[in-house]
Amino acid sequence: MDMPEPSARLMARKDRIVAGLRTILPADAVIDDPIETRAYECDALTAYRCPPLAVILPRSTDEVAAALRFLHDEGVPVVPRGSGTSLAGGALPVADGVVLSVARLNQVLEIDLPNRLVRVQSGVTNLSVTGAVEGEGFFYAPDPSSQLACAIAGNVAMNSGGAHCLKYGVTTNNLMGVTLVTMSGQVITLGGPALDAPGLDLLGVVCGSEGMLGVVTEATLRVLARPEGARPILFGFESSEVAGACVADIIREGVIPVALEFMDGPAIRACEAFARAGYPLNATALLIVEVEGSAAEIDDQLARIKAIAARHNPIAQRESASEAESKAIWLGRKSAFGAMGQIADYICLDGTIPIGALPEVLRRIGEMSARYGLDVANIFHAGDGNMHPLILFDANAPGSLEKVEAFGAEILTLCVEVGGCLSGEHGVGVEKRDLMGVQFTPADMAAQMAVKDVFDPAWLLNPGKVFPLDAVAAHRRAAA
Amino acid sequence: MSLPRLRPATEAELAEIVATAAARGQRLCIAGGGTRAGLGSPVTADAVLETGALNGIKLYEPAALTLVAGAGTRLSEIAQTLAAEGQRLPFEPMDHRSLYGTEGEPTLGGMVATNASGPRRIQAGACRDSLIGLRFVDGRGRVIANGGRVMKNVTGYDLVKLMAGSHGTLGVLTEVAFKLLPLPETTVTLILHGLNEVAGVAALTAALGSPYDVSGAAYAGARTLVRIEGFAASVAHRASALAALLRPHAAAEVLNDTSEAAEIWSAIADLRSLAARPGPIWRVSLRPSDGPRFLSALRRHGVEVTEAVLDWGGGLVSLRVSAGSEADGAAIRTEATAMSGHATLLRAPDDLRAQLGAFHPEPAPVAALSAGLRARFDPCGVFNPGRMAPARLTVPITAEV
Repeated sequence: MDMPEPSARLMARKDRIVAGLRTILPADAVIDDPIETRAYECDALTAYRCPPLAVILPRSTDEVAAALRFLHDEGVPVVPRGSGTSLAGGALPVADGVVLSVARLNQVLEIDLPNRLVRVQSGVTNLSVTGAVEGEGFFYAPDPSSQLACAIAGNVAMNSGGAHCLKYGVTTNNLMGVTLVTMSGQVITLGGPALDAPGLDLLGVVCGSEGMLGVVTEATLRVLARPEGARPILFGFESSEVAGACVADIIREGVIPVALEFMDGPAIRACEAFARAGYPLNATALLIVEVEGSAAEIDDQLARIKAIAARHNPIAQRESASEAESKAIWLGRKSAFGAMGQIADYICLDGTIPIGALPEVLRRIGEMSARYGLDVANIFHAGDGNMHPLILFDANAPGSLEKVEAFGAEILTLCVEVGGCLSGEHGVGVEKRDLMGVQFTPADMAAQMAVKDVFDPAWLLNPGKVFPLDAVAAHRRAAA
Repeated sequence: MSLPRLRPATEAELAEIVATAAARGQRLCIAGGGTRAGLGSPVTADAVLETGALNGIKLYEPAALTLVAGAGTRLSEIAQTLAAEGQRLPFEPMDHRSLYGTEGEPTLGGMVATNASGPRRIQAGACRDSLIGLRFVDGRGRVIANGGRVMKNVTGYDLVKLMAGSHGTLGVLTEVAFKLLPLPETTVTLILHGLNEVAGVAALTAALGSPYDVSGAAYAGARTLVRIEGFAASVAHRASALAALLRPHAAAEVLNDTSEAAEIWSAIADLRSLAARPGPIWRVSLRPSDGPRFLSALRRHGVEVTEAVLDWGGGLVSLRVSAGSEADGAAIRTEATAMSGHATLLRAPDDLRAQLGAFHPEPAPVAALSAGLRARFDPCGVFNPGRMAPARLTVPITAEV
């Protein structure tokens, strides 16, 4: 994986750039010691690392604007960073650029429960948005697995999803407004407490733009009243075809569970060994179905779901009987990545497929697995088609990373081939950047790059992400 | 004077028409069913480009809750096909025909271009939230795809959102894809009679802050309306819990009859009561709790509001004023701006819409980005010139009132 060639001119000017930043920001907000900046050299995609020129930690929108204005005028690339939990390398630094961390933008600014909204600074973590309102019976719906650590800034940049988005949508569906600082240092408000502003939906295009259009410093988020209760049920099936058919029947009959999760045999066994959730070890496919409401509503919905599942002869079925049991069931699922990490090194993919293609895709992944000689565990948001195949490998074996990446690329290409996409919720970052041409024509990509041209004409923000480097070079040559 | 009408049969033919128009400096007014033609500022064009022949369902997978169809497909056809499988578009799109006195059939493309959403927007999101993919032709005649047919997709920039609500000023939609929801087994509407606007919105706020998954919350004609939908047992439980919750506000009449209730909600979605009498109509989006405060501020300014309907829990105020004038528009926009909201002049004669600008003015840096995007997507100014234009006369917009 290549990154843009760092500018020797900028590298040589490091001292001047750092000194300039120190005239704008408080002394403790600028880090340039190479030992200290090492903490920022990668995000959760740890295979790729690059020490940045410096790291800045502004405390306010004004400080962000002042720093960006200076860096823009100096022609210095900037990599925005939330909590660094990106699995796609969205916050991978560049050697001639400055990392802008929003970690100190950590204030909840406004809680307006009558209007069901919260305004926060963007360094606030996903889970602490819920934390700010749960005492009053509200919650923030998008729930990525990293929600304890991940920042709202990163959620907005990647349009993060989660296990419960079948019912509640992803970040873009719960984001009402942002304060955005453009690369030139201009502070802009998009959206806000009033829904559906007229004019072009710039908020909609900023969300999911991977920190390439501006730095989000504040966000207005929709919060919802927490349902009266929720209860998961587990079903084990003898094949993934049968589990897939069961998912299709549940949806066909008008039941929209709040979550509908699928795991295959290797994932079941790893999660059970790790979390002791009571998963059926004899099953080849597991569904976790969760419904919400009052106890009676839950009973009614689960009765419908059990009747549908019965037609598919589940070999195991367990309805949660207590809060503790529900927690254990979800702990198993949410710790899936950690569980895999105990067994081997892995890469986690994130393609989406049309739900009907599940059996075919799993069969073909199985064939690839045999061909590459690498094991795969499949975890799947079955309601919305978002797959997370985990390819297991030994990072110390020479050439193994290249091999596992080739395998991953083949799986993602298959996702596109059956009508899906490269990324359902993690984003493109550097990880899937060079596969963009599988999903998009040059004209499709040019239209997206035209948006970048408008927001950041010099392409200084988060370089080397989302678009293949040669496509960017050709696009910018044509525009010049 | 009637303009020449172009009706391409395929996307490729449409792309060629646009490329030719761009080369010749010809301006095109895009029309689906033509039912929303009064929405936005007046368009000046040399020809009408009809999308009606780009119709038909390309893919419908009920078990995946997804639909892909040509932009010119009639909404009535879509609704019928989906209903046969017990499904629907989630966002209850507004039908603009009563408002504009237009005939013909609304199309998917027009609905997307205007981001038309109804009362269920507060629960299920707007049109843009259910839109998962599209194809369009840009102002140079290039065919561009974005999004897809799966509901979870963060691959590349989200041009799907950018195109929704862009009123045809960035490109001509040729194909659109949606996430669907099941039709509910039962619908119940609770009606609270006799509350004023302030008390009505307070009741709606209580309902929306409850865990009972309200799918409609409106105030119209001194009736406060709360809708819940779903399986019969669940709706029965939630209806009685909501009635108890709202008892301190007023006793609730429970309307079980779904056809009567459907009529009430479609009248609110389509603003039929406001549309029935003459006078300019405005649509103002605010923080829900500011809805009643906004109306009283207008009355203080001497704006003669002849009728108002509050939807989205109070956050969407649609109102008719007695006589359209520059002064009314200034007061409405000034108050909306002061409350961090925005006001659209939804129905008015062409000259008034041109004079005030149909859409709320954007702050200068936002307007500059939007202008930059239009210059990139439609560099020759082919599409719907004037539709999203700012006010022709400068109306003073200040936060001071």
